[in-house]
Amino acid sequence: MMAQFSRFRLKGLVFLAIVVFALPLFISNPFHYGLATQIALIAGAVVGLNLLVGFAGQISLGHAGFFGVGAYFSAIMTSNYGWSAIPALVVGAIGVAIIAWAVGRPILRLKGHYLSMATLAVGFIIAIILNNERELTGGPDGMPMPAFDVFGWELSVFGQYSLFGMDISGDLAWYLFAGVILLAAVWLAQNLIDSPIGRALRSVHGSEVAASVVGVNTAKYKSLVFVISAVYASVMGALYGHFQGFITPSIASFDFSILLITMVVLGGMGSTIGVIIGAVVLELLPQVLADFQEMEMMLFGLILMLTMIFMPKGLLPTAANYLNKRRSKSAGGDA
Amino acid sequence: MFSEFLQYLFTGITIGATYALIALGFTLIYNASHVINFAQGEFLMIGGMATVSLTAMGVPMLLAIVLAVVLAGVLGIALQRLAIAPAKNADVVTLIIITIGASIFIRGLAQLVWGKEYHVMPNFSSEEPIQIFGAVLNSQSLWVLGVGAVLVAVLVYFFTRTLTGKAILATSMNKDAARLVGIRTQVVLMLAFMVSALLGSVAGIVVAPITFTSYDIGIILGLKGFVAAAIGGLGSGMGAVVGGLALGVVEAMAAGYLSSDYKDAVAFSMILVVLFFMPRGLFGAKVVERV
Repeated sequence: MMAQFSRFRLKGLVFLAIVVFALPLFISNPFHYGLATQIALIAGAVVGLNLLVGFAGQISLGHAGFFGVGAYFSAIMTSNYGWSAIPALVVGAIGVAIIAWAVGRPILRLKGHYLSMATLAVGFIIAIILNNERELTGGPDGMPMPAFDVFGWELSVFGQYSLFGMDISGDLAWYLFAGVILLAAVWLAQNLIDSPIGRALRSVHGSEVAASVVGVNTAKYKSLVFVISAVYASVMGALYGHFQGFITPSIASFDFSILLITMVVLGGMGSTIGVIIGAVVLELLPQVLADFQEMEMMLFGLILMLTMIFMPKGLLPTAANYLNKRRSKSAGGDA
Repeated sequence: MFSEFLQYLFTGITIGATYALIALGFTLIYNASHVINFAQGEFLMIGGMATVSLTAMGVPMLLAIVLAVVLAGVLGIALQRLAIAPAKNADVVTLIIITIGASIFIRGLAQLVWGKEYHVMPNFSSEEPIQIFGAVLNSQSLWVLGVGAVLVAVLVYFFTRTLTGKAILATSMNKDAARLVGIRTQVVLMLAFMVSALLGSVAGIVVAPITFTSYDIGIILGLKGFVAAAIGGLGSGMGAVVGGLALGVVEAMAAGYLSSDYKDAVAFSMILVVLFFMPRGLFGAKVVERV
């Protein structure tokens, strides 16, 4: 059964890789590449958040805060202090890990939804600081961020690159880079799920009391997965900033936190591929609804509400369930 | 010096009373269903906006208020019947996302009907401020406090003296046991949403002359109410009232003495301090889990 499980996971990763690399065959304009890149990076953060929601049963209402700290730390270090992108990203992620640990460790000892309150508060405090420390962050107007660089090699949407002898535009290059990052994020998450930590986490989600009775240090594992999910957000935030070239405090806003958690729940808590679908749907939906202008907000709320009412398990698990039922029905008919 | 302090205190208690009413609404729904209702702030918005637009249409103030409160109550029932009840087997997290969807939907609808502008509502009684020891008190503040106190008294009576109130309490303590003694828990849930919506809309109406009102005012007020409920200990009525007042006063003091840019940050830091040192909030019950 476990082997089957892993094979299913591998299938998910292969499927995702095919989608990521086949997409450039169907789109070509820079706007679409930009949107796809943005979705891939946000999806990466959502995959991390899903570890917390799907496997520790906790919700974070402040993940955008971690995303924002990652982005702003990188922006400030690279543009004001001349740091290279990678060290800025790594140090930013360590900083976020420390914040998450400091907040998570005392609070995750408690049972219940206290983490959601604490993360709501932390997210808000971060957003308020980013909005008000104008000299450092540019305040509500935001700040520019240089292109992503590795050992002097720069990745910019305006550049021209060659890959395997093919000339590719900066937009496509960024998209491919973001796609690879997303695949790596998924691969890491899946490995984590199959590791002893993952098993301990699943036992916590199944029954916390039973898990602690058999000797799982539930608080430690929950804090650990919270830190990991925050680091995911921080790294993706930094990359997102480099990609956009300009960041504003809206990336750390409560609205964005809500959007991230909604992506997880809509796509299907606990399903890594599902939450990516959630990210794709919720990023594309406003594009589609923009035509409705004043009705956009109302329709967005309505669609969100109806989807969750009729597919409470999320899009992918509901679809998979439906397919399985049909398959077993037809199998039953054959017998 | 003293007049300054008094001024901040008045501001704080007034807004704190509003937070307390919102927090009570959260508490009611949380107790009955364990759902954190993120649409709570929208009830305030509906209360304020409906009153403003009805009076603009020539409806007398008092009637406008009654109609606005009824509208919010109907909305509360609709939210429970149409959005929460059909998904009753869903995870609590899913239910929370449904309330988020509902709040976006209601806000979108309000924006469509009432536009994006800020609307001004006149004070209930005199526009003339009251002078006390050199501090200025908006007469509307007295309305906020008075109405708040009456509502709390009514709630206490409702929960301790009436059968319906006791049924809600029983359901929040143990749903299965409540059902076994013949309480219709779905009706109780509906009632909880309705009462919560009524509370929210009244809070939204009495505070509207002070804060103004617009389609998106519910987000931040609702969140502050949630913070107040969390500080007081989510689920405790007493905690909601004390948490609301404490939050309002601390916020006003922070805005006055520290920095108005950071007053919200101080409010949110309060949650962290309370969670770190009094994890169940000021009045939260100690819960022992049965397996």
